[in-house]
Amino acid sequence: MTTTAIRIRESALQPENAVVDTILPSGEPWLHEVKRGQTLRIVDLDGNQAADVIFYNRHDTDEHYSATQTMLRQGGIYLTTGSVLYSNDGNPLLTIVADTCGRHDTLGGACAAESNTVRYALAKKFMHSCRDNYMLCIQESDSGLGKADLVPNVNFFMNVPVTEDGHLKFDDGVSGPGKYVELRAEMDVWVLVSNCPQLNNPCNAYNPTPVQFLIWD
Amino acid sequence: MVNSPVDIDTRWQQFAPDLDPAKVLFSDVIPGGCHWSWRLPRGTALHLTALQPGANLSLVLYAAQEKLERYNMPDSLKAQHTAHFTRGHVLMSDMGRSMASIIGDSLGWHDPLGLLLDSVRMHEKYGVHDYQTFRNGMYRSGRDGLLIEIGKYGLCRRDLVAPVNFFSKVTVDEDGRFQYVPDHASAGASVDLRLDMDVIVAVSAAPHPLDPRPEYAPSPVGVAAWRCGAAPADDYCRAFRPENARALHNSDLQYLV
Repeated sequence: MTTTAIRIRESALQPENAVVDTILPSGEPWLHEVKRGQTLRIVDLDGNQAADVIFYNRHDTDEHYSATQTMLRQGGIYLTTGSVLYSNDGNPLLTIVADTCGRHDTLGGACAAESNTVRYALAKKFMHSCRDNYMLCIQESDSGLGKADLVPNVNFFMNVPVTEDGHLKFDDGVSGPGKYVELRAEMDVWVLVSNCPQLNNPCNAYNPTPVQFLIWD
Repeated sequence: MVNSPVDIDTRWQQFAPDLDPAKVLFSDVIPGGCHWSWRLPRGTALHLTALQPGANLSLVLYAAQEKLERYNMPDSLKAQHTAHFTRGHVLMSDMGRSMASIIGDSLGWHDPLGLLLDSVRMHEKYGVHDYQTFRNGMYRSGRDGLLIEIGKYGLCRRDLVAPVNFFSKVTVDEDGRFQYVPDHASAGASVDLRLDMDVIVAVSAAPHPLDPRPEYAPSPVGVAAWRCGAAPADDYCRAFRPENARALHNSDLQYLV
């Protein structure tokens, strides 16, 4: 079994050779195709931002990222260099090939208007959320994705430890400005992103910031 | 019990003798490895009993009136800051509502981390035991069992959510690794799950995927449904955390008349 302790690895890829280089402000979604063999880098430009990401088989979106298959197959909860992201059908979607942050969460899910009412206060329901971002993005796309496809995601750059006595903590991030994670696609995938607009959680210092996406052939 | 001339199950009298007979609706025993599902109204409770040591019952929930609303592991864990379930915890939907509340628990820890045995892993671990050779002794994975059940309601594999694994215990160490706790539930361990909405409940009694026992030997689980009523104002689960009070409030708003 792969352990899930922090494993830092830098990438040799040069940004000037990337075929996609885009900056996504906080509170915005992004749906993009990554081909098998391409490498996707996500950069936490200002530090401690959460990029909420779901992956799908580009040719059969009933096959989606599975947090539980991924955790089961690596024997633990944290994602870092060497972690393989598996689908609900048990196939590798992507592999983390470089990581200067060292720990990413896949237990905490994406924020929603409805879960904000539960976690913070009933009156928070009109604040902006990742699942609203996802929903508008897929409504405007021709991907065929719908609400049922908004499954538990990866929270890149977030740190959500579980204690041995069975509690979940939302710790300060281990990320920082310029830290990045790089994933090699093992099949053609859709990448659905919400750059998290959460203003009620101290994990981003109440200050959502942009993230950068680069793709190399 | 519903009066009926047919061969209704009365085994709740053995595995749940403390239930008020006037409130019992039906009972069943899920053989190890088998699966079933029910559509049940708000105010029903499921009394689940491990009938042999080492039981595991994987359970998923969908709102009966809008199946796009379903049990959501991350929302439930982060709202309650927990990685285990016991009395007081609620199982929340992706729409901010409590779908079910744990109103009684003799065990203290049920695994909410959602790991599920699939057929590839099952065959690698236990070998292939097919129907042709083994008849009713065939092995069934938890994923296949739950896919069969949710398929009965028009739900497909993209809809299968991470389940709660009742009667199992998995801890997480400092490096994030899973540690399965053997011999957690002994025979007779029980938990009461109150349904806070009209729901479709699907269960599989296949082994937990981290169960280290080399043989496929899942335990049967007793299920007794009883009429408990909707959560009262002074409910233990409402008072357990403010998040749970809000989630139950959000459920109550679905049932205004």
